[in-house]
Amino acid sequence: MTLWQVLIAAAIACFALKLTGYVIPPALISRPTPARVANLLTVALLAALIAVQTLGNGQHLVVDARVPAVLVAAGLYTLKVPFIVVVIAAAVVAAGIRALT
Amino acid sequence: MRASLAVGIATAAYGVSFGALATAAGLDIWQTCFMSLVMFTGGSQFALVGVIAAGGIAAGPSAIASATLLGSRNVIYALRMSPVVGSGWLKRIGAAHLTIDESVAVSAAQSTPRAQRVGFWLTGLIVFVGWNITTLIGALIGDLIGDVSAYGLDAAAAAAFLGLLWPRLKQLQAQAVAVAAGVGAAALTPFVTPGLPVIIAASVAVIVGVTNWLGAASGADRESGTAEIEPIEGMPS
Repeated sequence: MTLWQVLIAAAIACFALKLTGYVIPPALISRPTPARVANLLTVALLAALIAVQTLGNGQHLVVDARVPAVLVAAGLYTLKVPFIVVVIAAAVVAAGIRALT
Repeated sequence: MRASLAVGIATAAYGVSFGALATAAGLDIWQTCFMSLVMFTGGSQFALVGVIAAGGIAAGPSAIASATLLGSRNVIYALRMSPVVGSGWLKRIGAAHLTIDESVAVSAAQSTPRAQRVGFWLTGLIVFVGWNITTLIGALIGDLIGDVSAYGLDAAAAAAFLGLLWPRLKQLQAQAVAVAAGVGAAALTPFVTPGLPVIIAASVAVIVGVTNWLGAASGADRESGTAEIEPIEGMPS
């Protein structure tokens, strides 16, 4: 198996997965229960992504500069600070802590 | 669409890190750019490169399996985006390619169907362009630039996701799902393949959604779907 074959096989598999979701009829999720599940899926996926993005390092959990950065972000969202400002603030907090430690 | 730009820029910046990692793992510049152009799903790309870096070409089959497993959450994303994108095969194939964490997250956080559609395509295209340019930059300069996390962009991505989640947490049911999914994903991280915690945590939404546990007694408020969600100040709509 060449590296090119690995890359092409993986790319085809990933694209096929993406396309699968579009082949299933959309009518399936326009009824109340599927719609509720779909909305809660968004919440669950975002929450899970935040957790992994904040604490994950491969298969390890790490508490590092990302944690205070996300806590600062949560505080700023509570204060209704605009999205783009919060995102930049989080990056600055994390980079600052890394520069100082 | 500042959400599209913010998420797009924060994510695209990871491309530098990916490009550098991929060339360090033994891919040439063409192969590295091929992955970002054709595979275009960051988690899977990082997983494939990581396995190849550790096991070489002999680990090819497990590299493909890891990338595929990580890409399986895109089925859920595509299902979620299917009514947003609408019909037409060419459009669906294009949409499938742009179906990634960021485009779906930005779209799903918007309150009107039009904003959901614009959010999906705009974020997908911005991330696609940025991701490919920064992949090339990363591949060209290798690991000279160092780990992208030094610049705080990993935290920025988490903060961006938090901003998308925030306006959806007004109801107890959503709050409970968010806490359970977040804690669940973190708790599973040491035990399963990277990428799987997010998928397994999503099953919380299916269970709570089907049983309507902690839901409103009357289903009336559910019929409107995302229409009841007000964007927070500073969040584009």
